[in-house]
Amino acid sequence: MRVLVTVMTAILTVMITTTAQAFCGFYVAKADTNLFNQASQVVLVRDGNRTVITMANDFEGEADDFAVVIPVPTMIEREQINVGDRAVIEHLDAYTSPRLVEYHDPDPCMRFEIAERAFSDASLPASAKQLGQSARSRGVTIEAQYTVGEYDIMILSATQSDGLVTWLDENGYKLPRGAARIVGSYLKQDMRFFVAKVNLEEQAKSGYQYLRPIQVAYESNKFMLPIRLGTLNAKGKQELFVYALTRTGRVEATNYRTVKLPSNFDVPEFVEDEFADFYRAMFERQTKEHNERAVFLEYAWDMAWCDPCAADPLSAKELRSLGVFWLGDNGSAEQRIMPQPAQNVFVTRLHVRYDAEHFPEDLVFQETGDRQNYQGRYVIRHPWKGEASCDLTQYHAGVRERQEREAQQLANLTGWDIADIRDRITFAHGDTPEKEPWWKRLWN
Amino acid sequence: MNASKRLSDPRCYQVLVLGCLLAFGVTVLDFGIHWQNALAILVTAQAVQYLGTRLVGLARFDPLSALITSLSLTLLLRTDVIALAALAAVIAIGSKFLVRVRGKHVFNPANVALVSLMLVSDQAWVSSGQWGSAALGAFALSCLGFLVLTRAKRAETTIAFLLFYGGLLYGRALWLGDPLSIPLHQLQNGALLIFAFFMISDPKTTPDTAAGRILYAALVASIAFVIQFVFYVPNGPILALVMSAPVVPVIDALLQGTHYQWQQPQGVRQ
Repeated sequence: MRVLVTVMTAILTVMITTTAQAFCGFYVAKADTNLFNQASQVVLVRDGNRTVITMANDFEGEADDFAVVIPVPTMIEREQINVGDRAVIEHLDAYTSPRLVEYHDPDPCMRFEIAERAFSDASLPASAKQLGQSARSRGVTIEAQYTVGEYDIMILSATQSDGLVTWLDENGYKLPRGAARIVGSYLKQDMRFFVAKVNLEEQAKSGYQYLRPIQVAYESNKFMLPIRLGTLNAKGKQELFVYALTRTGRVEATNYRTVKLPSNFDVPEFVEDEFADFYRAMFERQTKEHNERAVFLEYAWDMAWCDPCAADPLSAKELRSLGVFWLGDNGSAEQRIMPQPAQNVFVTRLHVRYDAEHFPEDLVFQETGDRQNYQGRYVIRHPWKGEASCDLTQYHAGVRERQEREAQQLANLTGWDIADIRDRITFAHGDTPEKEPWWKRLWN
Repeated sequence: MNASKRLSDPRCYQVLVLGCLLAFGVTVLDFGIHWQNALAILVTAQAVQYLGTRLVGLARFDPLSALITSLSLTLLLRTDVIALAALAAVIAIGSKFLVRVRGKHVFNPANVALVSLMLVSDQAWVSSGQWGSAALGAFALSCLGFLVLTRAKRAETTIAFLLFYGGLLYGRALWLGDPLSIPLHQLQNGALLIFAFFMISDPKTTPDTAAGRILYAALVASIAFVIQFVFYVPNGPILALVMSAPVVPVIDALLQGTHYQWQQPQGVRQ
């Protein structure tokens, strides 16, 4: 059995939704998290010292093989744990994705249904007594044990990291090599371990084909994400998306640089078909440029609106389901035909590619007062191709210059070969710039 | 004041270094500093300094210290509200004239302004992560800062602070069994180095004797460590400095020395 320190996905798709027109131009495509291998997604709702964390779970194996070990800062009571709805995270992903703009499309396929959350009775599994005994012999304390939704969850503390690692190992949570040291560090920092496996019976009862996200609410000054266990994974760099929902403003890392990805520039037309490749290449180059040590900002926006929208803002109901506790239950809003925009919720989307070498420390965050909107937005400008009633020579020359600029910019951002890029651009009437004699623009 | 005398004032180097850091931050690190904020801080600081000079009846209006405070504030304070930027300058320079014990102002001006604003408003913050932790940048910053310090001849506060704080970080890592890359990463924080070289080192608000300054540095380092790693509140050093500042008059009373004076022409008192 394999422990999932990060959640995995291996699908590489670009979602290009059906076209629809809107006020703010046209929206063509988005670079959602499916573009990246092995991406974990975490939603962090934070206000004061209250945190609600939702961990997306796109594990695609036998449910029997799923196991997760998460360090948590405090003891967790049963009412602090919930099983959420994957669709809401997918919606949040879509809403905050970097976007290729040309036309706007509120995704018609997006479902806003909120699944009924099933709290099953906290009946202890039959083997609970034996578990407790074996735990004590290892210096491990099972502080609590719950079944929530399709998950069997335990909150563990321990006196010895070795004992905890051995006990976890014996109980089907196989941690990667070197974990004992990190586990020991967390234990000394007074953290507990939240471990979960799938309860197959409950899963069958729930009727869900996939595993739903686990949510935990707690109070702690620690506004952080423990990533160190994830760096032990031998598969190289890990991809992490953090969606922070706050009342005041943008969230940033305090112990790593938070960098805005280059945004709002024109790209050649062919990028429309290759937005995924473009975005991946640009992200790759940006991580290298920042010595692989930066946290990247992909979106920062007031949840009440968007422009252009890659998906509609989340409804108050969806936000509450993610743990935005300061939003009151607004029953009347739900009855309206249009979902009401939520007030006082600011969303920050951060994208981190990390490994132990470049991210030795856990990610620590702070909420700032910055409410300036930022989005990853890339623009395609199609040249006029219709009938002309005047001389277009000058216009075409202008377009060619623009196309050349776009080509150079694209080469700079992605590291792609400029000659290849030029080959793929259908330049406006006339020669492509590189076919002109070199001296033609020398003095003119 | 003749030109050579003016150049021997360490504050000239401090202005130069802080100016370079600001330029580096804006152009290379994309700090997102609003020029309107910078202007508001600069103008307000000078205005309050002028007003204070007139009201207190100082012999000469000295713009240099207020300029340094403006640069520190511009480097560290982040806000989208221009009025808060101006308020920061008022608090910073105002505190110099209003909060004094035995002829010395108690708080480092930029420090007290940052902490006050962070306490009263959630619209002001310090982006400690924005300097990144590139080893080379840390090195360059240290050297530049050191230049200022050696001119000010009071380097021991900075050195002692970094040694104590570094010692605590390494000690913590050893106790936790963490790799030593973690405390190294924590020490390579640009905001921490700016604090150590340009804020805690301020000769006007540190104790008058070398032993007192080392004691003071140890106190600030310990409080900063507790804030950051026991209470998990960010900006430990900045908060620790403001909390420790009232102790300086006590240290001075116990360990007596002479007040630091910036380079002044004969007969002029600030």
